[in-house]
Amino acid sequence: MKELTYHRATDAAEAVALVAADSDARFLGGGTNLVDHLKLGVARPGTLVDVSRLPLDAVEELPDGGLRIGAAVRNSDLAAHPVVRRGFPAVARALLAGASGQIRHQATTAGNLLQRTRCVYFQDVTTPCNKREPGSGCSALGGYGRYNAVLGASEACVATHPSDLAVALTALDAVAVVLGPDGERRIPLTELHRLPGHHPERDTVLDHGDLVTAVELPGSAVAPASTYAKARDRASYAFALVSVAAAVDLDGDVVRDVRLAWGGVAHRPWRAYVAEEALRGAVLTEETAREAAAAELAAATTTDQTAYKVAMVRNLTAHTLLRLAGGAR
Amino acid sequence: MDADIALIVDGERRAVTVDTRTTLLDALRERLGATQPKKGCDHGQCGSCTVLLDGRRHLTCLALAVAHDGAEIVTAGGLGGPGGPGSLGSPDGALHPVQQAFLDHDGFQCGYCTPGQVCSAVGVLDELRAGHPSLVTEDLAAEDPTGSDDEIRERMSGNLCRCGAYAGILAAVRQAGTQEARA
Ligand SMILES: Cc1cc2nc3c(=O)[nH]c(=O)nc-3n(C[C@H](O)[C@H](O)[C@H](O)COP(=O)(O)OP(=O)(O)OC[C@H]3O[C@@H](n4cnc5c(N)ncnc54)[C@H](O)[C@@H]3O)c2cc1C
Ligand code: SF4
Ligand code: FES
Ligand code: FES
Repeated sequence: MKELTYHRATDAAEAVALVAADSDARFLGGGTNLVDHLKLGVARPGTLVDVSRLPLDAVEELPDGGLRIGAAVRNSDLAAHPVVRRGFPAVARALLAGASGQIRHQATTAGNLLQRTRCVYFQDVTTPCNKREPGSGCSALGGYGRYNAVLGASEACVATHPSDLAVALTALDAVAVVLGPDGERRIPLTELHRLPGHHPERDTVLDHGDLVTAVELPGSAVAPASTYAKARDRASYAFALVSVAAAVDLDGDVVRDVRLAWGGVAHRPWRAYVAEEALRGAVLTEETAREAAAAELAAATTTDQTAYKVAMVRNLTAHTLLRLAGGAR
Repeated sequence: MDADIALIVDGERRAVTVDTRTTLLDALRERLGATQPKKGCDHGQCGSCTVLLDGRRHLTCLALAVAHDGAEIVTAGGLGGPGGPGSLGSPDGALHPVQQAFLDHDGFQCGYCTPGQVCSAVGVLDELRAGHPSLVTEDLAAEDPTGSDDEIRERMSGNLCRCGAYAGILAAVRQAGTQEARA
């Protein structure tokens, strides 16, 4: 690990100025991803600017029934928040489905969204990886590929985004509030993470020095009837193979409104707009739900290692929507 | 770069100069002689380095010591039992109910994961008492999740045991939880 300068920021503007001025500096949240990457040699910053103790640790209710979640709110505190549990159950479930009780006490909202892929080659500095070392090649293409993407991948990178929380926030139309050197801007979660294209080294649309200060969840009629389902190799403490965040507003058995996002299938949380459109106004049955998911998946490309994901995410989507219709959260 | 920090370890304030790259785990074990938290994986995957940090269960291997200047840390040795160097113990040497429960139910074999398991179990029981949900809590809005076996298994899943003493660990946490409910 190379020499490291540590600086604890006292306010958001100072943190932005420090990182923006130094290409070798990074923000430090809870450290559960970044400290791991320091040890692995995946990240080699010269300076860490600690933003985990900035006064960005409040969850505030908004006039429209929505929530403003500070970037430094710990994953465990957000999952236990009464309004999140009642009004945004997909968010609480996604958080509780991730990592462990210990890690959730440490991990922050912003750090969770900006954690990097768990692609085994990305984490192994002895192997080529375009995301870690642009131009070096992609070891996952011809290697171990069970976690690889099936939607929106490129020749350059087939990695998936690992965050559960990001999938739930993407389904529920959340917006990231970002402070940069030129001031504040708001980025919908659906636009925060990128597809890899020719630049897999860029996970998100954020520029160096951009600090996420909060995430806002709008109040909505569908959010209270939402949930999150995760398929994985172990029942607990494992990353997703695929996951589904879903919200549905039913009039009898007719879908008045619906939100769907998938994890484990792409380089970013995948908002399933095609499936949503197919379901709006339809009678919700196992069959219509599977057909809607299949329509979204028409664009999927698979290998013999990832073919299982298409059936898995289609079935999990139908299962999750029917459970929601039955009152589960 | 060096940094001067202080940690309160099992009740005792300890000042130490650390390189900024030092993890909390290495600072505790190598610099302060607090060897209760164990280095299993060093990558956040096993839970053997768990302590209670400012009252909540927390890993120490994915944390930089410098980022936790001033933190109050309780290791498994600080929960109870005989006092000793770097260990608070309890005035009469009595074991913490969770420690006693691990003994009563053989919640270990080699013992390597045990300090982390014990700290994690104390955290789990606190979180249950505070009404925090877990992934297996059916009604998220309910304010009193039960300490069912499924709840304990899910909440303890961040602590692996290579000896596979899970049956004893589950029984131990169940016993400590029941005692607490009665107290
Ligand atoms: C064993 C293990 C299992 C896990 N399992 C899961 C799982 O099942 N599901 C899941 O979703 N996650 C899982 N995780 C990942 C975990 O959720 C993330 O590591 C954590 O959420 C990251 O948050 P942090 O605050 O620790 O981020 P850090 O590690 O501090 O930072 C992560 C990144 O975000 C940047 N950053 C931090 N804060 C800001 C900010 N305010 N603005 C801009 N950039 C910022 C940092 O520079 C860094 O690049 C697991 C982790 C481990 C170790
Ligand atoms: S899939 Fe992406 S992250 Fe994985 S080796 Fe290829 S380029 Fe690297
Ligand atoms: S040593 Fe910290 S989790 Fe394994
Ligand atoms: S008792 Fe040996 S690892 Fe758990």
